[in-house]
Amino acid sequence: MTVSDVKQTRTDSIKPKVNWARMEEAEDFAKTVKLFRQGKYDEDSFRRYRLQHGAYGTRMTSDYAMVRIKLPAGEVYPNQLEKISQLSEQFSIGSAHISTRENIQLHWVILEDVSEIFRGLAEVGLTSREACGNSVRNVMCSPLSGVCADEKFDSTPYALATAKFFLRNPIAQSLPRKFKFNFTCCEQHGMVRMVDVGLIPQLRESNGIKQRGFKIFLGGGLGNRSFVGHQLEEFTPEEDLLYTSLAVLRIFDRLGDRKNLARNRMRYLVNDMGWDKFQNLVLKERAIVRATQSVVTSLEIDDSSDIKRPIKITDQSGFSVPDGYARWLKTNTIKQKQSEYHSVFLTLEAGDITATQLVALAEIIREFSSEGKARTGFNQNIAIRYIHNDDLPNLYSKLLQAGLAKSGALTMTAPIGCSGTTSCNLALTNSHRLAKEIQRKFLEMKLDEDVDLQDSSIKISGCPNSCGQHGIATIGFFGGGGRVGKEMYPNYQMSLGGRSDGETMLGVTCTRVPAKRVIPVILKIIELFKQHKKSNDSLKEWIHRVVNEKEDSAIKSVNDIRKILDPLTIPPTKEDDPDFYSDYGTDTSYHTKTGKGECAA
Amino acid sequence: MCRLSREKTIKTTTDIDSLRSEIRDKSVRVIDVRREEDYKQNHIPSSVNLPLANLLSDDSPERVQKLFQSLGIDDETPVVVYDDTFGALASRVAWTLEYIGHSDVSLLETTYSKWKSLGLEHETKTPEIQTKTHSLNLNPEILATSDYLEQSKEKPNTLLIDNRERLNYLEQHIPGAVNLPYRTLASSDKILRPKDDMKRLLENRGVTNNAEIITYCGSVGTLSGLAYYALKSVGLPNVKLYVRSFKEWKNLKKPTQKQEDASYWDLSAE
Repeated sequence: MTVSDVKQTRTDSIKPKVNWARMEEAEDFAKTVKLFRQGKYDEDSFRRYRLQHGAYGTRMTSDYAMVRIKLPAGEVYPNQLEKISQLSEQFSIGSAHISTRENIQLHWVILEDVSEIFRGLAEVGLTSREACGNSVRNVMCSPLSGVCADEKFDSTPYALATAKFFLRNPIAQSLPRKFKFNFTCCEQHGMVRMVDVGLIPQLRESNGIKQRGFKIFLGGGLGNRSFVGHQLEEFTPEEDLLYTSLAVLRIFDRLGDRKNLARNRMRYLVNDMGWDKFQNLVLKERAIVRATQSVVTSLEIDDSSDIKRPIKITDQSGFSVPDGYARWLKTNTIKQKQSEYHSVFLTLEAGDITATQLVALAEIIREFSSEGKARTGFNQNIAIRYIHNDDLPNLYSKLLQAGLAKSGALTMTAPIGCSGTTSCNLALTNSHRLAKEIQRKFLEMKLDEDVDLQDSSIKISGCPNSCGQHGIATIGFFGGGGRVGKEMYPNYQMSLGGRSDGETMLGVTCTRVPAKRVIPVILKIIELFKQHKKSNDSLKEWIHRVVNEKEDSAIKSVNDIRKILDPLTIPPTKEDDPDFYSDYGTDTSYHTKTGKGECAA
Repeated sequence: MCRLSREKTIKTTTDIDSLRSEIRDKSVRVIDVRREEDYKQNHIPSSVNLPLANLLSDDSPERVQKLFQSLGIDDETPVVVYDDTFGALASRVAWTLEYIGHSDVSLLETTYSKWKSLGLEHETKTPEIQTKTHSLNLNPEILATSDYLEQSKEKPNTLLIDNRERLNYLEQHIPGAVNLPYRTLASSDKILRPKDDMKRLLENRGVTNNAEIITYCGSVGTLSGLAYYALKSVGLPNVKLYVRSFKEWKNLKKPTQKQEDASYWDLSAE
């Protein structure tokens, strides 16, 4: 096969549209750290300042921080990935971590070096400002926005404009608590009901003119207590998007609970007040906002696009498609609405990627993506979009060389695991490693190829807070400690049937599963499903019926599943199985130990 | 004159253009510390080969004195060292030369790969070398031993710097050491950051002029050798290399410290 294509320019020339950075913030941060170390800045004020600039505390130490780099709408450019790679080698652990909210995190950074990271980020237009603390956090957008076959229009420019409007905006510097926006493409690919403000693009036709707008959901969110969001109104026209956002923020700012940190996210306010009352308040407030702006306030929407297929003169004589391609194609790629293109998702282990891989990825994006950039996704992963269909085999072979061609990215075999005891002060278990263990095992068993399991998900948090999003997983886990006499072991509370699509619901508690029994328990659930499934049934649908008690086979409820699992979860004695009493990633006996969390600082 | 010679002692790197003109003037001895087979393929014109492994096989002062003499180096010969390992191997050789009393030695500001990628001249022939005589005036103030480290424990102004990667440091380090991974020292195209950059980085870390600084790394003092030169490059007057580094420290069963209660290794994608 010989393909000689002369195509358009290399996508090198595509540069970030927005510069999110301010170099002077790096200098200011360095000075403030010095003052803090000299005792001229009190502990609390410094913590607030640090968090507002995107540096989070680290497990059991005040010497290190985690820097959370914001990627609004998940967009990241090759030169930015190269810079993050360099910074991770210089100031972190030589790996970066992609979060569930489209951020990239650098862990175990010495507090005194944080300003150097800010400096490096500013060189490539990135910031970590307001990535933590009581501010508007990274504005998310579906990684498929702009390419999804089911979307009404691309919401990316709206997500970027929203991020731009609120970043460093005085009204969002001291909110009662953090505040999150999620834009999506369609019901299927976003998480609009599990966030403070969730938005799905909609079109309305009036007088023969198509009008853009959004379906807006308010007051949802995952956490120690999770709530599903409520739809504000049938249709919110695009010109009302900013007014609505401002109105909601103003209400939260005014009425949010500033005292009780454990329950002051907006979802509690909505819950306490009742939806009808809250909804009314938002609509009234919006009218006031609209009427009282002294100057015209609107979002700057830049929807210019830059799709150019990179020049490739590929002589493919002698090129043979590497093994594993078909499996990867099935589990890692999605056809775009632009028929000649695919979007490709990379399978990472719980979001971790090495410095070397980041550099390889940057080069691959330049070489293959017609939009010349990538997007982080909702599942600790990365999507490279606008890959020409003809280039897929070649891309696969390049990914293989970089160690980034593992299959299963879009299946249940890519579990989410929050950082857990690898770095988080609140964690009770090593959820991060558990996610990796499950993935390794399930890929070895080729479960990613099982179509019945494809749309299910496994999500793991290391504590009852929901950074690992366990509440919306088909099979979700959150960590805690179990006890036999004086001995402790790592344990997880398992919930079933959570989902974040059009039928969003929180998982139903099933039973406690010791860490070292999680894998056999999941396999047992799959086995039960296979025994009782209907033809064309998926695990997700089967569990959905079970948790809603609409299943008519022998297994009718979560309780029935629990009874079958019970024998698997009985702790052995320490003499019989000492490994049971230590968590993944360590051989010492398990005990719980936590420090102060900063989610609510 | 006095000022000039002072400046000379803190010259740590030689830039590409200066080296090229020194080579043309035949006023420099260039040492290539890569492996012999790499050197034989091609190297910077007039350079001589001293693979680091050769030096390390016996780095007693008497032996390295002979080694450098055989490379045509006397007390006055200006020497520039280069490698293809971000300057770490070159640093170890340069430091050794300094240790036996040679004052005019510096590192090429970049690596051999970079040199070649710039299209600069290189050759395959090996120069003829006339053995010279070098004196032996040991420079103990740039060397730290494990005993010296033990004694320095209580000194308030001594700063111990571990130049290994962060995860290795978290896992185990010499008590009291701070971590400055070797990757931090370079810029994207040079083996050492620009002076102002390096100064700022060290100032942020509270490294001051009056501190005695000791660097160490994993085994033979290469990464920490680079750090030695990084610190010298900003004019810090009192820097020592613990040349036997953590490998010896562990073999001697000396105490170590660890970052407890966190499974940081599991965050690595390696």
